[in-house]
Amino acid sequence: MNEFALLIAATLLAGTPLALAGLGLLINERAGVLNLGAEGMMLVAAVAGFAVALSTGSDLLAFAAGAAAGALLAAVFGLLVIWLNTNQYATGLALSLFGYGFSAFVGVGVVGKKLADRTAFEVPGLAQLPWLGDALFKQHPMVYATMAIAVGMAAFFYKSRTGLVLRAVGESPESAHALGYPVRRVRFLAVLAGGALCGVAGAFLSVVYAPLWVEGLTAGRGWIALALTTFATWRPIRLLLGAYLFGGVTMLQFQLQGMGVEVPSQWLAMLPYIATIVVLALISRNAAFIRINMPASLGKPFHPSH
Amino acid sequence: MLRLEARPAPSQRMALLSPLIAIAVTALLAAVLFAALGKDPVRGLAVFFFEPLNGLRATSEVLLKATPLIVIALGLAVCYRANVWNIGAEGQYLLGAVAGGGMALWLTANGIVLPKVLSLTLVLLCGVLGGMFWASIVALLRDRFNASEILVSLMLVYVAQQVVNYLVFGPWKDPGGFNFPQTRTFDASTWLPPLIERTRLHIGFLLALLAAGLTWLFMFRSYRGFALQVGGLAPAAARYAGFSSRGALWLALGVSGGMAGLAGAMEAAGPLRQLTPHISTGLGFTAIIVVFVGRLHPLGIVAAGVLLSMMLIGGELAQSRLGLPNALSSVFQGLLLVVLLASDTLIHYRVRGARKVVAG
Repeated sequence: MNEFALLIAATLLAGTPLALAGLGLLINERAGVLNLGAEGMMLVAAVAGFAVALSTGSDLLAFAAGAAAGALLAAVFGLLVIWLNTNQYATGLALSLFGYGFSAFVGVGVVGKKLADRTAFEVPGLAQLPWLGDALFKQHPMVYATMAIAVGMAAFFYKSRTGLVLRAVGESPESAHALGYPVRRVRFLAVLAGGALCGVAGAFLSVVYAPLWVEGLTAGRGWIALALTTFATWRPIRLLLGAYLFGGVTMLQFQLQGMGVEVPSQWLAMLPYIATIVVLALISRNAAFIRINMPASLGKPFHPSH
Repeated sequence: MLRLEARPAPSQRMALLSPLIAIAVTALLAAVLFAALGKDPVRGLAVFFFEPLNGLRATSEVLLKATPLIVIALGLAVCYRANVWNIGAEGQYLLGAVAGGGMALWLTANGIVLPKVLSLTLVLLCGVLGGMFWASIVALLRDRFNASEILVSLMLVYVAQQVVNYLVFGPWKDPGGFNFPQTRTFDASTWLPPLIERTRLHIGFLLALLAAGLTWLFMFRSYRGFALQVGGLAPAAARYAGFSSRGALWLALGVSGGMAGLAGAMEAAGPLRQLTPHISTGLGFTAIIVVFVGRLHPLGIVAAGVLLSMMLIGGELAQSRLGLPNALSSVFQGLLLVVLLASDTLIHYRVRGARKVVAG
């Protein structure tokens, strides 16, 4: 039974970077911007975070570095798609390709480096609970912070005026513009915030989850996070749950390997990607359902005519 | 403060100039980067833009590497013109290599030695079918389940890599290969014949040029090609004209998947002559840059394919001659695409000095 508790703990850990990146992309998409550059932002942030953790030993500073790196790349993306009206698909893709190359290039120096042993994290009092303590209360603080971010984002979207403006910009930029809201500035801030969250996700991967740096460390998690926004029908809490679901699939792969299941490891390694495809197909099947939930201006550029 | 003013019509001149501007700006940024890394910028640029073309041998290597890039990019250009975003050509390339290489391996293992024309036709045909099969999964899920082709095609890249790994670590592993994850070398009857003696350049390069010509005919001289592009540019107009959008989706993915698969089979039967976990070096992704730098036009794609191939080889040279990581090439590739997209703004907009605009 204790093994099951450890599986839950591992699921929360593996789901956290997916949730962070997914929530970042969710802000972008709620404002009407589709950023295919998540993978690139996460990779660059992963290197930045890892290098900072290596030299300072501080997770907090590493996350800050990751957030800064992600936001910096997102700023370039934002300038291109929001002010120069470049194609969002192509620009995001360019960012992913650049991020892959750039992270591999600057990461050469930290390949094979090891972070200092970290102390185990325990929530005081609760970690000693039988079973539940192992399953839920021995996590890195960022795991809990991610849950808080999801709840906070839901409150921001549905309970705050600014959140309403953000959603309005994503649904109908023309109307928001006519009402006097600065559509481009709102979109740019959303892109920055999204980039920062993707950056934290990347840093979490290299500093806490892995914890190491290799070329292409994210292994498609930026793209899975993109699929998660559709899966969650653009809602923060659903996204968080979806991220844990995918984290669970990732961990199941190792669990099955550990249990000595007679399946070649390569088939198990396909699982998260096939699961993404299957879930995406099932959720997208009802086109009308997706259209109702999707921010109406998603992926479309906005030119204020006056 | 500068501002952008929309042009009444897209500038044809800028559409052609933009890639050249992007190449120049990227070279400039590269020079700055070399200087920042403490290397001589002139020497650094020479490694990327001159040395790969220095001599017949070097040039033949550039054309060798350009071959799969051009073939994949031609298919993707058809796809993108139809507004179908297949970004998983890498996976279709891998499946093409598996199918084509698998055929070559089967012939080899059974001691079947066919006339070269026949065995090559079989190998390349299998490659095309393998790539098409992989792309048809994307088409099916888009068509029947409305699933984003961007995400599905990309996810399938990771699946394809695991398929390759499974085969070369498992059932297809060379029994006499000291347990290395690789297949045995294909029989010589399945190798693509060399184009120039004593170089690795094979006749696949001619096939790539032929494919460019055929793609041009398809895009600009055929009814189906026209219908495909109308669907991409103006879906409503295409519907009104009775062009099937589902047909366009399947055709676009079939063509791009088939071409990527062909490229994979040509690599397997060309320079590689066996399958390993490393049959792909990201060519399917580099090809996306080729498409954009080549303006989605067959002629431009041939030129851009050669350019990006030079950059790939430049990366290898930078490693051996300047002691810089090979990934430098990917940095420049990504940079080139970002700069290109920015400079493409000049096609649709004019840059004007600030003018006071009366609010109203």
